Amino acid sequence: MSGRRSPWGGSDKGGEGPSDESGKDGEDNDGDSGSEGDGDRSGDKRGPRNPWLPSGSTPPRRSASIEDIFRTRDPRRPGGGSGGPGGGGGNFPRLPQRPDGKSWLPLGIGAAVVALLALSSVHMIGPKEQAVVTLFGKYARTIDSGVNFTLPWPIEQVDVEDVRTFTVDSIPEGEAEKLMLTSDKNLVDLSYLVRWNIKNLVNYKFRLTDPKESVREVAEAAMRASIAQISLNDALSGAGRAQVEQDVRERMQRILDYYKAGVAVQGVEIKKADPPSKVVTAFQQVTVAQQEAERDRSEARAWAQQLLARAQGDAEAFDKVYQQYKLAPEVTKRRMYYETMERVLRDNDTVVAEAKGVTPYLPLSEVKRRAADAAPDAAAKGGQ
Amino acid sequence: MSNVWQDYKAFWIGAGVILVAILMSMIVVPESEQAVVIRTGKPIAVYNGYDPKAAFGQTGAGVHFRIPLVDKVQRIDKRLLSVDMEQQQVLSTDQDRLIVDAYARYRIIDPIKMVETAGTTERVTQQLEPILSSVLRQELGKRTFQSLLTAERGKAMENIRDGLDREAREYGAQVVDVRIKRADLPEGALASAFTRMEAARQEEAKTITAKGQKDAQIIRAGAEGQAAKIYADSFGQDPGFYDFYRAMQSYDVSFAKNEDAKTILLGSDNAYLKHFKEP
Repeated sequence: MSGRRSPWGGSDKGGEGPSDESGKDGEDNDGDSGSEGDGDRSGDKRGPRNPWLPSGSTPPRRSASIEDIFRTRDPRRPGGGSGGPGGGGGNFPRLPQRPDGKSWLPLGIGAAVVALLALSSVHMIGPKEQAVVTLFGKYARTIDSGVNFTLPWPIEQVDVEDVRTFTVDSIPEGEAEKLMLTSDKNLVDLSYLVRWNIKNLVNYKFRLTDPKESVREVAEAAMRASIAQISLNDALSGAGRAQVEQDVRERMQRILDYYKAGVAVQGVEIKKADPPSKVVTAFQQVTVAQQEAERDRSEARAWAQQLLARAQGDAEAFDKVYQQYKLAPEVTKRRMYYETMERVLRDNDTVVAEAKGVTPYLPLSEVKRRAADAAPDAAAKGGQ
Repeated sequence: MSNVWQDYKAFWIGAGVILVAILMSMIVVPESEQAVVIRTGKPIAVYNGYDPKAAFGQTGAGVHFRIPLVDKVQRIDKRLLSVDMEQQQVLSTDQDRLIVDAYARYRIIDPIKMVETAGTTERVTQQLEPILSSVLRQELGKRTFQSLLTAERGKAMENIRDGLDREAREYGAQVVDVRIKRADLPEGALASAFTRMEAARQEEAKTITAKGQKDAQIIRAGAEGQAAKIYADSFGQDPGFYDFYRAMQSYDVSFAKNEDAKTILLGSDNAYLKHFKEP
């Protein structure tokens, strides 16, 4: 049996059985087992075919009428009605009946509708919010914070917006590089913030198709126009930054007012103005050069201080000696002469190469030997 | 319930039909839209048309009526619409290339004309897009790169706006503003701009280094001069004695005991050694 049922060609039929035939077999089987109603077998083998049929004592499925489906579902419902299968048509859970035997249902629906209408005519507007009321699409009034009443939906519609909180737009979003041209044809990587809020809700609602996007676009246009007027150095150094921020804010406000966008631009702040990442190394070189130049200068100043101090010291020393010398010139001079000669000639090998007709002899080998020994053999050497 | 239904069946059906009829003949026009009523292909009325002077609430927005099935209603945005131009390469008079990204803002001021010519606002936008591109390219192509970047941009934009506006009037639209959103260098120019920036920075770095060295040199020379003056002031009191005094110091240094000393032979008539002979 199982071999015959398999559409993939079981052992019985082998490979020769065409697929449509085995399919037909399968259908036959279904019919069989369904009508037989043999609990075990149909439960095992046919289980996956119809998950809605409880295993076992189900009547054969003949039609797919709604009624049937509900009837067969019924017993499995927790607390679902009193009747079993076939116990009267459609056992929906019923509302308790009114004393006169009529249904509560219409009254319930009516009450719900009334409640919804009532709800849609009471509006709690938050402290920072305002709302535009439209009567069949026509602007009726603007309502402020607090509890307000309107005609129910869909006659009057209420559109609430936060008008006091500043929206902060970061341009560009994320950390992407945004290059802008400066007046000297250089590029600067710029990112900035725009803070704005709604100053005229009616205009904001009815004048522009997409006010938020418009604010961004206007900001972009204004910022590029302002940056195009300053040089790269001003953009980077921040010298012109306050001015640019101010310019962009005013320019944006002018354009948005011209559009009657109902938007107040509160501020523009440049977050970052950097050289483009591709040339950032060259910019760092400049910084390095500046530091090096500063270092050169301070080293020179230190050297100059040393030199001057030394000169002053030397001069002072000479002055002191000279004062003494003036008191007794000849004696002082001779004393100094002998003292110095004493020091010099005592410590050194004395070479006097003066006598005429004598070839000066340089005892190189001797010098080398002495250097190797490094012995303080300080005997005076005579080289004639 | 069933009684109410059964007893007043005719009434309920009648009420339903009337309600549907009312709903079908009613047009709700919001403040942000203008509605054109088209009867058998011909526009016959405009509700809530654009009027710059009308305040909100006094415009034609709200409920209007039409003959159901006969009158068609076309709704047209009353707000400012935008035409976004695709990026466009512009060649300035000095042969610099610039990629320009611009947008225009327009509104429909003559909805009937617009319905007759373009049909929908999307189509107006589509029609304006190439016109914007070409007007922009023409206008910007008359200018130098520098003037594109800076002050003259305002004037150029006005011309472009006027040019586009003339065309837009054909579609019942009014162009309010044209603006350059972005003006960037194209790929090749970008690379050369980077190279140029790099070279400029390197030049700057070298200049700064050289300036630092120059300053250091000046500082040193200044100090040397000052030192020379100090020496001259002091030693000039008696050059003869200074010569002797300095020679004595010098011998001390020159002939000090030193293991690594080189041996230098000097003639006894060497000027340096003159004080050996005579103090």
